[in-house]
Amino acid sequence: MTRRSPEFTHENLLRELTPQVLGAVIRRFGDFSAAEDGVQEALLAAALQWPKEGLPENPRGWLIQVAARRVTDHLRSESARRRRETVATTDPSQSALPASIGVPSLAGFLSREEEDDTLVLLFMCCHPSLTSSSAVALTLRAVGGLTTAEIARAFLVPESTMAQRISRAKQTIKSSGVPFSMPTRDERAERLTAVLHVLYLIFNEGYTSSFGKSLQRTELSSEAIRLGRALHQLLPDESEVAGLLALMLLTDARRPARTGPDGELIPLDKQDRSLWDQRAITEGVALISTTLANGAIGPYQLQAAIAAVHDEAKTSGDTDWPQILALYGLLKRMSDNPMVALNHAIAAGMVHGPRAGLELLKTLDADERLAGHYRIDAVRAHLLERAGDLDAAVEHYRAAANRTTSIPERDYLLTQAARLSRRA
Amino acid sequence: MKFMLMMNAPSGNGDWGISKWAPEDLKAHIGFMKTFTSGLAESGELVGAEGLAMPAQAKLVRASKDRRPITDGVFPESKEFLAGYWIVDVDSPDRAYQIAAEASAAPGKGGAPLNMPIEVREVMSAPPVEV
Repeated sequence: MTRRSPEFTHENLLRELTPQVLGAVIRRFGDFSAAEDGVQEALLAAALQWPKEGLPENPRGWLIQVAARRVTDHLRSESARRRRETVATTDPSQSALPASIGVPSLAGFLSREEEDDTLVLLFMCCHPSLTSSSAVALTLRAVGGLTTAEIARAFLVPESTMAQRISRAKQTIKSSGVPFSMPTRDERAERLTAVLHVLYLIFNEGYTSSFGKSLQRTELSSEAIRLGRALHQLLPDESEVAGLLALMLLTDARRPARTGPDGELIPLDKQDRSLWDQRAITEGVALISTTLANGAIGPYQLQAAIAAVHDEAKTSGDTDWPQILALYGLLKRMSDNPMVALNHAIAAGMVHGPRAGLELLKTLDADERLAGHYRIDAVRAHLLERAGDLDAAVEHYRAAANRTTSIPERDYLLTQAARLSRRA
Repeated sequence: MKFMLMMNAPSGNGDWGISKWAPEDLKAHIGFMKTFTSGLAESGELVGAEGLAMPAQAKLVRASKDRRPITDGVFPESKEFLAGYWIVDVDSPDRAYQIAAEASAAPGKGGAPLNMPIEVREVMSAPPVEV
């Protein structure tokens, strides 16, 4: 299991403190980029010193002090360079500060301002002026406290590329003049949607890569869940935040059953359900049940509810497809995403038979956003197979295999085509 | 999403024809390629890039019955050759096409854009989340 254990480690503590410390330093200096660099240096100093010298009495205060000093040094040397003056550099060994600086904090309790800092930081890193890949990278580094090297490994790009991406993102934020403050009331809903989107992208990146050797990357799912939990704690009344957290838990619970011994893809109806993570399912189901009962319903909650119906079925035959169909019906009304319509057709096929599903697919053929997408062929192939039209099913499995950009998916689709054509 | 951008050039006399360019044209072309690639590095999109030796150096290899390498001789001249490639990590296919178009317009003879074909292929990835 890659789920982060709650036990105390220096690393866990540092990662938890990162956004609070960064928030405080940005608040003091107003320079996101310089603050971020300073905090990274402070984290490094802590990782080196704490295991040797023991935990300072107030770790958060310690980090803020060290980071603030680094930022001051940096700003000073920057302005010195600009003035073309030679100034003796400050002794870098100065980072060994006395352990008890600042006000002692109560472990586990954050002041309102500290909570806000984490939240403001998250809003900032997911700002709409950033491309989604930049927002993802910046969030993982500034809020998640991952190093650039770790993020680069997770996304399978060179470290220098990731460093550039992060530095460009910081530059974009700086030049767009986004203030370090909560979004206004008018902006809030839209900005929160952007934050949730970034968290879900991080989750998907990790979840979909749980194939083969890239174990590093599955950490991303755990990280997205960790950030989702933190966000849910900060905004317990936002039902879509709870919905996303539940969706991630309920999806991640199935991860151990998703692949076979050779990394091959195992579809939901063929998975060994005893491998599903029951603890995550219990938590996710409880969360989505309370949320649906109380808040305004949104797309993440509906997807979580669908995932919950799957996760609660003891066998694939026990799946409550009428309920899933009803939930997709609601989701379809709420979102214009053609993938939702596609899943709605699958559910209709399960409830009313394959021909009903195929009828619904016809209306999707006209949707340009799905044109040439492998999933429409894959779904059609599956429905045709169930309808007994094996030749046509083979043809569509092959068409889907030609179009997918995923290796395990291609292997799965080719295997389906091969299985049917041998029989046909 | 990652894409491989492959720059195909006609083999010419085993040298893509560039040996007949004027020195200033060559210089402009090489300068363009350098700037172009470092621009991709700076935007945080570059995963990797290599230029390949000229086709005069190329060999086709296959295994003989005893698995020893057999190399074929010179290639037919008309064949297009992979001159080099970039792998980029971008947010959308459109961005990959845009980058490819920039590479395609690299300056050639007399500084005129080459408009060479760039083959854009998506790199295979993991399957998406099932719902």
